[in-house]
Amino acid sequence: MPPSSLGTALAFHDVSKRYGRTWALARLTYALPAGRSLLLTGHNGSGKTTLLRLVATALSPTAGQLQVLGRDSVTERDAVRREVGLLSHASFLYEDLSAHQNLVVLGRLLGLESPEDAAHALLTKVGLTRRSDSPVRHFSAGMRKRLAIGRLLMKKPALALLDEPFGELDPAGIRDMEGFIAELKAAGVTVVLATHLIEQGMTLCEERLHLQDGRAVAA
Amino acid sequence: MSAPRPIGVLRTTLVLMRKDLLIEWRTRARLNALVFFAMATLLLFSFALGPDTRLLERNAGGYLWLAILFASVLSLGESFRVEAENACLDGVRLAPSDARAIFLSKALGNTALLVALGVLLIPVMVALFGVKIVLGLGDLGLTLVLGCLALSAPGTVYSAIASNARARDVLLPLLLFPLIVPSLLAAAKATTLVLQGDPMHQLGSWFGLLSGFNLIYWGLGFLLFPKVIED
Repeated sequence: MPPSSLGTALAFHDVSKRYGRTWALARLTYALPAGRSLLLTGHNGSGKTTLLRLVATALSPTAGQLQVLGRDSVTERDAVRREVGLLSHASFLYEDLSAHQNLVVLGRLLGLESPEDAAHALLTKVGLTRRSDSPVRHFSAGMRKRLAIGRLLMKKPALALLDEPFGELDPAGIRDMEGFIAELKAAGVTVVLATHLIEQGMTLCEERLHLQDGRAVAA
Repeated sequence: MSAPRPIGVLRTTLVLMRKDLLIEWRTRARLNALVFFAMATLLLFSFALGPDTRLLERNAGGYLWLAILFASVLSLGESFRVEAENACLDGVRLAPSDARAIFLSKALGNTALLVALGVLLIPVMVALFGVKIVLGLGDLGLTLVLGCLALSAPGTVYSAIASNARARDVLLPLLLFPLIVPSLLAAAKATTLVLQGDPMHQLGSWFGLLSGFNLIYWGLGFLLFPKVIED
Protein backbone atom coordinates (compact mmCIF):
# COMPACT_ATOMS: atom_id res chain seq x y z
CA MET A 1 0.00 0.00 0.00
CA PRO A 2 1.26 3.49 -0.76
CA PRO A 3 1.89 5.71 2.24
CA SER A 4 -1.11 7.72 3.31
CA SER A 5 -1.20 11.20 1.84
CA LEU A 6 -2.95 12.57 4.94
CA GLY A 7 -0.53 14.78 6.84
CA THR A 8 2.24 14.28 4.33
CA ALA A 9 3.68 16.83 1.93
CA LEU A 10 5.49 14.21 -0.11
CA ALA A 11 4.88 10.48 -0.30
CA PHE A 12 7.21 8.32 -2.41
CA HIS A 13 6.26 4.67 -2.73
CA ASP A 14 8.80 2.52 -4.59
CA VAL A 15 9.51 5.40 -6.97
CA SER A 16 12.09 4.74 -9.67
CA LYS A 17 13.33 6.79 -12.59
CA ARG A 18 15.43 5.41 -15.42
CA TYR A 19 17.31 7.28 -18.17
CA GLY A 20 18.16 4.72 -20.85
CA ARG A 21 19.92 1.95 -18.92
CA THR A 22 20.79 4.09 -15.90
CA TRP A 23 18.57 4.14 -12.84
CA ALA A 24 18.75 7.72 -11.52
CA LEU A 25 16.38 6.84 -8.68
CA ALA A 26 15.76 3.27 -7.51
CA ARG A 27 12.74 2.13 -5.49
CA LEU A 28 12.63 5.16 -3.20
CA THR A 29 10.08 5.02 -0.39
CA TYR A 30 9.92 8.07 1.81
CA ALA A 31 7.32 10.38 3.38
CA LEU A 32 7.81 14.00 4.35
CA PRO A 33 5.33 15.17 7.00
CA ALA A 34 3.38 18.32 6.19
CA GLY A 35 4.90 21.47 7.62
CA ARG A 36 8.44 20.01 7.77
CA SER A 37 11.26 21.01 5.44
CA LEU A 38 13.62 18.55 3.83
CA LEU A 39 17.34 18.79 3.21
CA LEU A 40 18.36 16.61 0.28
CA THR A 41 22.02 15.62 0.25
CA GLY A 42 24.25 13.35 -1.81
CA HIS A 43 27.15 13.44 -4.22
CA ASN A 44 26.85 14.66 -7.80
CA GLY A 45 24.77 12.17 -9.77
CA SER A 46 23.15 10.69 -6.65
CA GLY A 47 19.64 11.54 -7.88
CA LYS A 48 18.84 14.81 -6.08
CA THR A 49 17.92 16.78 -9.20
CA THR A 50 15.92 13.87 -10.61
CA LEU A 51 13.98 13.63 -7.36
CA LEU A 52 13.19 17.36 -7.44
CA ARG A 53 12.16 17.21 -11.09
CA LEU A 54 9.87 14.26 -10.33
CA VAL A 55 8.20 16.19 -7.52
CA ALA A 56 7.85 19.24 -9.80
CA THR A 57 6.28 16.91 -12.43
CA ALA A 58 8.88 17.95 -14.99
CA LEU A 59 9.49 14.18 -15.20
CA SER A 60 7.23 11.19 -14.67
CA PRO A 61 8.32 8.18 -12.59
CA THR A 62 9.33 5.07 -14.53
CA ALA A 63 7.74 3.01 -11.75
CA GLY A 64 6.12 3.57 -8.38
CA GLN A 65 3.72 6.15 -7.05
CA LEU A 66 4.46 9.70 -5.99
CA GLN A 67 2.01 11.92 -4.16
CA VAL A 68 2.70 15.63 -3.84
CA LEU A 69 0.59 17.59 -1.34
CA GLY A 70 -1.89 14.72 -1.37
CA ARG A 71 -2.20 14.62 -5.16
CA ASP A 72 -0.94 12.00 -7.59
CA SER A 73 1.98 13.41 -9.59
CA VAL A 74 0.86 11.74 -12.83
CA THR A 75 -2.93 11.79 -12.88
CA GLU A 76 -3.27 15.19 -11.15
CA ARG A 77 -0.23 16.78 -12.77
CA ASP A 78 -1.67 20.24 -13.47
CA ALA A 79 -3.01 20.57 -9.93
CA VAL A 80 0.43 19.67 -8.57
CA ARG A 81 2.12 22.15 -10.91
CA ARG A 82 -0.08 24.96 -9.65
CA GLU A 83 1.10 24.34 -6.07
CA VAL A 84 4.80 23.68 -6.64
CA GLY A 85 7.62 26.10 -7.42
CA LEU A 86 10.99 24.89 -8.71
CA LEU A 87 14.30 26.74 -8.53
CA SER A 88 16.36 24.66 -10.92
CA HIS A 89 19.89 24.64 -12.33
CA ALA A 90 18.27 26.01 -15.49
CA SER A 91 16.82 29.42 -14.80
CA PHE A 92 13.71 29.17 -17.07
CA LEU A 93 14.50 32.77 -18.14
CA TYR A 94 14.18 34.14 -21.68
CA GLU A 95 17.55 35.68 -22.54
CA ASP A 96 16.14 38.32 -24.90
CA LEU A 97 13.46 39.57 -22.52
CA SER A 98 14.15 41.94 -19.65
CA ALA A 99 13.90 40.87 -16.01
CA HIS A 100 10.56 42.69 -15.76
CA GLN A 101 9.19 41.13 -18.95
CA ASN A 102 10.20 37.63 -17.81
CA LEU A 103 8.21 38.04 -14.61
CA VAL A 104 5.25 39.67 -16.39
CA VAL A 105 4.97 36.72 -18.81
CA LEU A 106 4.83 34.32 -15.86
CA GLY A 107 2.35 36.58 -14.06
CA ARG A 108 0.07 36.52 -17.10
CA LEU A 109 0.32 32.73 -17.37
CA LEU A 110 -0.61 32.51 -13.69
CA GLY A 111 -3.65 34.70 -14.28
CA LEU A 112 -2.54 37.43 -11.84
CA GLU A 113 -4.73 40.53 -11.88
CA SER A 114 -1.82 42.93 -12.20
CA PRO A 115 1.29 41.09 -13.38
CA GLU A 116 3.20 44.37 -13.97
CA ASP A 117 2.76 45.46 -10.36
CA ALA A 118 3.60 42.01 -9.04
CA ALA A 119 6.75 41.92 -11.20
CA HIS A 120 7.83 45.35 -9.97
CA ALA A 121 7.33 44.35 -6.32
CA LEU A 122 9.28 41.13 -6.77
CA LEU A 123 12.17 42.85 -8.56
CA THR A 124 12.42 45.20 -5.57
CA LYS A 125 12.35 42.23 -3.22
CA VAL A 126 15.18 40.37 -4.99
CA GLY A 127 17.25 43.54 -5.44
CA LEU A 128 17.04 43.89 -9.22
CA THR A 129 15.05 47.11 -9.56
CA ARG A 130 17.90 49.02 -11.19
CA ARG A 131 18.33 46.33 -13.85
CA SER A 132 14.64 45.57 -14.38
CA ASP A 133 14.68 46.69 -18.03
CA SER A 134 17.97 45.03 -18.99
CA PRO A 135 17.83 41.85 -21.07
CA VAL A 136 18.65 38.74 -19.05
CA ARG A 137 21.42 38.03 -21.60
CA HIS A 138 23.45 40.78 -19.88
CA PHE A 139 22.94 39.41 -16.35
CA SER A 140 25.60 37.74 -14.22
CA ALA A 141 25.00 34.22 -12.86
CA GLY A 142 24.13 35.64 -9.44
CA MET A 143 21.61 38.08 -10.89
CA ARG A 144 19.99 35.27 -12.84
CA LYS A 145 19.67 33.28 -9.61
CA ARG A 146 18.01 36.26 -7.92
CA LEU A 147 15.58 36.64 -10.81
CA ALA A 148 14.88 32.90 -10.77
CA ILE A 149 13.92 33.06 -7.07
CA GLY A 150 11.70 36.03 -7.93
CA ARG A 151 10.07 33.83 -10.53
CA LEU A 152 9.46 31.13 -7.88
CA LEU A 153 8.07 33.65 -5.38
CA MET A 154 5.64 35.03 -7.98
CA LYS A 155 3.96 31.62 -8.05
CA LYS A 156 3.26 31.69 -4.28
CA PRO A 157 3.82 27.93 -4.06
CA ALA A 158 2.72 25.65 -1.25
CA LEU A 159 5.85 23.55 -1.89
CA ALA A 160 9.16 25.13 -2.90
CA LEU A 161 11.84 22.93 -4.49
CA LEU A 162 15.27 24.54 -4.38
CA ASP A 163 18.10 22.89 -6.31
CA GLU A 164 21.46 24.31 -5.17
CA PRO A 165 19.97 27.73 -4.32
CA PHE A 166 23.27 29.10 -2.93
CA GLY A 167 25.34 28.27 -6.02
CA GLU A 168 26.70 31.27 -7.97
CA LEU A 169 25.71 33.72 -5.22
CA ASP A 170 28.07 36.11 -3.42
CA PRO A 171 27.99 36.27 0.42
CA ALA A 172 25.31 38.98 0.37
CA GLY A 173 23.31 36.92 -2.10
CA ILE A 174 23.60 33.84 0.12
CA ARG A 175 22.32 35.84 3.11
CA ASP A 176 19.41 37.12 1.01
CA MET A 177 18.62 33.59 -0.18
CA GLU A 178 18.58 32.33 3.42
CA GLY A 179 16.16 35.16 4.17
CA PHE A 180 13.88 34.16 1.27
CA ILE A 181 13.87 30.54 2.44
CA ALA A 182 13.09 31.60 6.02
CA GLU A 183 10.25 33.79 4.72
CA LEU A 184 8.82 30.90 2.73
CA LYS A 185 8.92 28.66 5.79
CA ALA A 186 7.34 31.34 7.98
CA ALA A 187 4.50 31.57 5.43
CA GLY A 188 3.85 27.84 5.84
CA VAL A 189 5.51 26.75 2.60
CA THR A 190 7.11 23.29 2.66
CA VAL A 191 10.70 23.61 1.44
CA VAL A 192 12.80 20.86 -0.15
CA LEU A 193 16.39 22.00 -0.41
CA ALA A 194 19.13 20.18 -2.34
CA THR A 195 22.60 21.46 -1.55
CA HIS A 196 26.19 20.43 -0.94
CA LEU A 197 26.40 23.04 1.85
CA ILE A 198 25.13 20.59 4.48
CA GLU A 199 25.67 22.72 7.60
CA GLN A 200 23.85 25.64 6.01
CA GLY A 201 21.04 23.35 4.92
CA MET A 202 20.73 21.77 8.38
CA THR A 203 20.00 25.20 9.91
CA LEU A 204 17.07 25.62 7.49
CA CYS A 205 15.56 22.11 7.41
CA GLU A 206 14.22 19.74 10.05
CA GLU A 207 14.40 16.54 7.98
CA ARG A 208 17.23 15.08 5.93
CA LEU A 209 17.33 12.55 3.12
CA HIS A 210 20.71 11.37 1.85
CA LEU A 211 20.86 9.81 -1.59
CA GLN A 212 23.55 7.56 -3.02
CA ASP A 213 23.27 6.09 -6.51
CA GLY A 214 19.57 6.85 -6.53
CA ARG A 215 18.85 5.13 -3.22
CA ALA A 216 18.10 6.55 0.21
CA VAL A 217 20.87 5.71 2.66
CA ALA A 218 21.70 6.71 6.22
CA ALA A 219 23.57 10.03 6.26
CA MET B 1 -0.43 30.24 0.34
CA SER B 2 -3.26 29.98 -2.19
CA ALA B 3 -2.50 28.86 -5.74
CA PRO B 4 -3.25 31.41 -8.48
CA ARG B 5 -6.34 30.89 -10.64
CA PRO B 6 -5.56 28.94 -13.85
CA ILE B 7 -6.21 30.58 -17.23
CA GLY B 8 -7.73 28.86 -20.26
CA VAL B 9 -6.19 27.54 -23.47
CA LEU B 10 -7.08 30.61 -25.54
CA ARG B 11 -5.69 33.12 -23.05
CA THR B 12 -2.54 31.06 -22.56
CA THR B 13 -2.11 30.96 -26.35
CA LEU B 14 -2.38 34.75 -26.55
CA VAL B 15 0.09 35.29 -23.68
CA LEU B 16 2.64 32.96 -25.29
CA MET B 17 2.17 34.47 -28.77
CA ARG B 18 2.67 37.94 -27.33
CA LYS B 19 5.85 36.75 -25.61
CA ASP B 20 7.17 35.20 -28.85
CA LEU B 21 6.40 38.37 -30.84
CA LEU B 22 8.21 40.44 -28.21
CA ILE B 23 11.29 38.22 -28.42
CA GLU B 24 11.14 38.36 -32.23
CA TRP B 25 10.82 42.14 -32.17
CA ARG B 26 13.72 42.55 -29.73
CA THR B 27 16.08 40.42 -31.83
CA ARG B 28 14.60 40.57 -35.35
CA ALA B 29 17.26 37.97 -36.20
CA ARG B 30 14.88 35.31 -37.42
CA LEU B 31 12.87 37.45 -39.86
CA ASN B 32 15.98 39.07 -41.34
CA ALA B 33 17.66 35.71 -41.87
CA LEU B 34 14.50 34.20 -43.38
CA VAL B 35 13.96 37.03 -45.86
CA PHE B 36 17.54 36.95 -47.16
CA PHE B 37 17.61 33.16 -47.30
CA ALA B 38 14.31 32.90 -49.21
CA MET B 39 15.24 35.69 -51.63
CA ALA B 40 18.60 34.03 -52.29
CA THR B 41 16.76 30.75 -52.99
CA LEU B 42 14.50 32.43 -55.57
CA LEU B 43 17.51 34.08 -57.17
CA LEU B 44 19.35 30.76 -57.35
CA PHE B 45 16.39 29.12 -59.10
CA SER B 46 16.45 31.84 -61.74
CA PHE B 47 20.23 31.49 -62.22
CA ALA B 48 20.12 27.69 -62.27
CA LEU B 49 17.39 27.51 -64.93
CA GLY B 50 18.97 30.14 -67.18
CA PRO B 51 17.23 32.72 -69.36
CA ASP B 52 14.26 30.54 -70.38
CA THR B 53 11.56 33.01 -69.26
CA ARG B 54 8.66 30.75 -70.26
CA LEU B 55 9.98 27.94 -68.05
CA LEU B 56 10.50 30.31 -65.12
CA GLU B 57 7.04 31.82 -65.58
CA ARG B 58 5.35 28.43 -65.85
CA ASN B 59 6.94 27.10 -62.66
CA ALA B 60 7.02 30.30 -60.61
CA GLY B 61 4.42 29.02 -58.14
CA GLY B 62 6.51 25.93 -57.39
CA TYR B 63 9.69 27.97 -56.89
CA LEU B 64 7.88 30.33 -54.52
CA TRP B 65 6.71 27.42 -52.36
CA LEU B 66 10.12 25.72 -52.39
CA ALA B 67 11.68 28.99 -51.17
CA ILE B 68 9.05 29.22 -48.41
CA LEU B 69 9.55 25.55 -47.50
CA PHE B 70 13.34 25.84 -47.20
CA ALA B 71 13.00 29.03 -45.16
CA SER B 72 10.38 27.38 -42.94
CA VAL B 73 12.95 24.81 -41.79
CA LEU B 74 15.09 27.63 -40.42
CA SER B 75 12.10 29.38 -38.90
CA LEU B 76 10.58 26.31 -37.25
CA GLY B 77 13.88 25.18 -35.75
CA GLU B 78 14.56 28.65 -34.37
CA SER B 79 11.13 28.86 -32.70
CA PHE B 80 12.07 26.02 -30.32
CA ARG B 81 15.72 27.03 -29.90
CA VAL B 82 14.44 30.00 -27.87
CA GLU B 83 12.54 27.58 -25.62
CA ALA B 84 15.49 25.19 -25.23
CA GLU B 85 17.77 27.94 -23.91
CA ASN B 86 17.63 27.88 -20.07
CA ALA B 87 14.95 25.16 -20.33
CA CYS B 88 12.30 27.83 -20.86
CA LEU B 89 9.85 25.26 -22.22
CA ASP B 90 10.00 23.50 -18.82
CA GLY B 91 9.33 26.84 -17.16
CA VAL B 92 6.24 27.38 -19.32
CA ARG B 93 5.05 23.77 -18.82
CA LEU B 94 5.41 23.95 -15.06
CA ALA B 95 3.73 27.38 -14.77
CA PRO B 96 1.46 25.42 -15.57
CA SER B 97 0.44 26.04 -19.19
CA ASP B 98 -1.78 23.82 -21.28
CA ALA B 99 0.47 22.02 -23.80
CA ARG B 100 -2.19 22.56 -26.48
CA ALA B 101 -1.84 26.31 -25.97
CA ILE B 102 1.94 26.00 -26.44
CA PHE B 103 1.26 24.23 -29.76
CA LEU B 104 -1.26 26.83 -30.90
CA SER B 105 0.96 29.77 -30.00
CA LYS B 106 4.00 28.33 -31.77
CA ALA B 107 2.10 27.13 -34.85
CA LEU B 108 0.16 30.40 -35.27
CA GLY B 109 3.35 32.42 -34.73
CA ASN B 110 5.17 30.37 -37.35
CA THR B 111 2.24 30.77 -39.75
CA ALA B 112 2.29 34.56 -39.30
CA LEU B 113 6.02 34.67 -39.95
CA LEU B 114 5.76 32.52 -43.10
CA VAL B 115 2.82 34.55 -44.45
CA ALA B 116 4.83 37.76 -43.89
CA LEU B 117 7.74 36.13 -45.71
CA GLY B 118 5.45 35.11 -48.58
CA VAL B 119 4.11 38.67 -48.89
CA LEU B 120 7.69 39.94 -49.21
CA LEU B 121 8.63 37.23 -51.72
CA ILE B 122 5.72 37.75 -54.14
CA PRO B 123 7.00 41.06 -55.59
CA VAL B 124 10.47 39.53 -55.90
CA MET B 125 8.98 36.55 -57.75
CA VAL B 126 7.02 38.86 -60.08
CA ALA B 127 10.18 40.84 -60.85
CA LEU B 128 12.53 37.85 -61.24
CA PHE B 129 10.28 35.49 -63.21
CA GLY B 130 8.22 38.10 -65.09
CA VAL B 131 4.88 36.62 -63.98
CA LYS B 132 1.52 38.39 -63.94
CA ILE B 133 -1.12 37.73 -61.30
CA VAL B 134 -4.08 36.84 -63.52
CA LEU B 135 -6.58 36.14 -60.72
CA GLY B 136 -7.02 38.56 -57.82
CA LEU B 137 -4.63 39.28 -54.98
CA GLY B 138 -7.30 37.89 -52.65
CA ASP B 139 -6.94 34.41 -54.16
CA LEU B 140 -3.15 34.66 -53.91
CA GLY B 141 -3.44 35.75 -50.27
CA LEU B 142 -5.78 32.87 -49.45
CA THR B 143 -3.39 30.39 -51.11
CA LEU B 144 -0.52 31.82 -49.10
CA VAL B 145 -2.39 31.58 -45.79
CA LEU B 146 -3.68 28.04 -46.42
CA GLY B 147 -0.25 26.84 -47.59
CA CYS B 148 1.59 28.39 -44.64
CA LEU B 149 -0.94 26.93 -42.18
CA ALA B 150 -0.30 23.50 -43.74
CA LEU B 151 3.48 23.91 -43.27
CA SER B 152 3.33 25.31 -39.74
CA ALA B 153 1.19 22.76 -37.89
CA PRO B 154 3.23 19.61 -38.66
CA GLY B 155 6.41 21.71 -38.65
CA THR B 156 5.74 22.86 -35.10
CA VAL B 157 5.16 19.31 -33.85
CA TYR B 158 8.28 18.00 -35.58
CA SER B 159 10.48 20.91 -34.50
CA ALA B 160 9.44 20.21 -30.89
CA ILE B 161 10.46 16.56 -31.37
CA ALA B 162 13.71 17.50 -33.12
CA SER B 163 14.64 20.18 -30.56
CA ASN B 164 15.77 17.48 -28.10
CA ALA B 165 17.76 15.51 -30.68
CA ARG B 166 21.49 15.90 -31.31
CA ALA B 167 21.09 16.09 -35.09
CA ARG B 168 18.08 18.40 -34.90
CA ASP B 169 19.04 20.45 -37.97
CA VAL B 170 18.98 17.30 -40.11
CA LEU B 171 16.09 15.60 -38.35
CA LEU B 172 13.50 18.32 -38.89
CA PRO B 173 13.55 18.31 -42.73
CA LEU B 174 13.82 14.50 -42.74
CA LEU B 175 10.61 14.25 -40.73
CA LEU B 176 8.77 17.18 -42.26
CA PHE B 177 9.38 17.01 -45.99
CA PRO B 178 7.72 13.62 -46.71
CA LEU B 179 4.66 14.59 -44.70
CA ILE B 180 3.98 17.91 -46.35
CA VAL B 181 4.49 16.83 -49.98
CA PRO B 182 0.71 16.65 -50.72
CA SER B 183 -0.03 20.08 -49.22
CA LEU B 184 3.04 21.61 -50.90
CA LEU B 185 1.80 20.21 -54.22
CA ALA B 186 -1.67 21.66 -53.63
CA ALA B 187 -0.27 25.08 -52.63
CA ALA B 188 2.06 25.20 -55.66
CA LYS B 189 -0.74 24.15 -58.02
CA ALA B 190 -3.17 26.72 -56.56
CA THR B 191 -0.52 29.46 -56.86
CA THR B 192 0.12 28.52 -60.49
CA LEU B 193 -3.61 28.79 -61.24
CA VAL B 194 -3.77 32.21 -59.55
CA LEU B 195 -0.77 33.39 -61.60
CA GLN B 196 -1.75 31.91 -64.98
CA GLY B 197 -5.54 31.88 -64.87
CA ASP B 198 -8.07 29.18 -64.07
CA PRO B 199 -10.19 28.46 -67.19
CA MET B 200 -11.29 25.03 -65.86
CA HIS B 201 -12.31 26.40 -62.43
CA GLN B 202 -10.00 24.07 -60.51
CA LEU B 203 -8.87 26.56 -57.88
CA GLY B 204 -11.75 25.81 -55.51
CA SER B 205 -10.82 22.10 -55.46
CA TRP B 206 -7.22 22.90 -54.51
CA PHE B 207 -8.42 25.25 -51.77
CA GLY B 208 -10.69 22.47 -50.52
CA LEU B 209 -7.80 20.02 -50.51
CA LEU B 210 -5.55 22.46 -48.63
CA SER B 211 -8.33 23.11 -46.10
CA GLY B 212 -8.72 19.36 -45.59
CA PHE B 213 -5.00 18.91 -44.98
CA ASN B 214 -5.09 21.80 -42.53
CA LEU B 215 -7.98 20.27 -40.64
CA ILE B 216 -6.04 17.02 -40.27
CA TYR B 217 -2.64 18.60 -39.47
CA TRP B 218 -3.99 21.10 -36.93
CA GLY B 219 -6.33 18.58 -35.33
CA LEU B 220 -3.57 15.99 -34.92
CA GLY B 221 -1.08 18.60 -33.71
CA PHE B 222 -3.53 19.89 -31.11
CA LEU B 223 -4.20 16.37 -29.83
CA LEU B 224 -0.66 14.96 -30.01
CA PHE B 225 1.46 17.89 -28.87
CA PRO B 226 0.97 17.21 -25.12
CA LYS B 227 2.45 13.73 -25.67
CA VAL B 228 5.38 15.26 -27.54
CA ILE B 229 6.51 17.71 -24.88
CA GLU B 230 5.71 15.79 -21.72
CA ASP B 231 8.17 13.19 -20.37
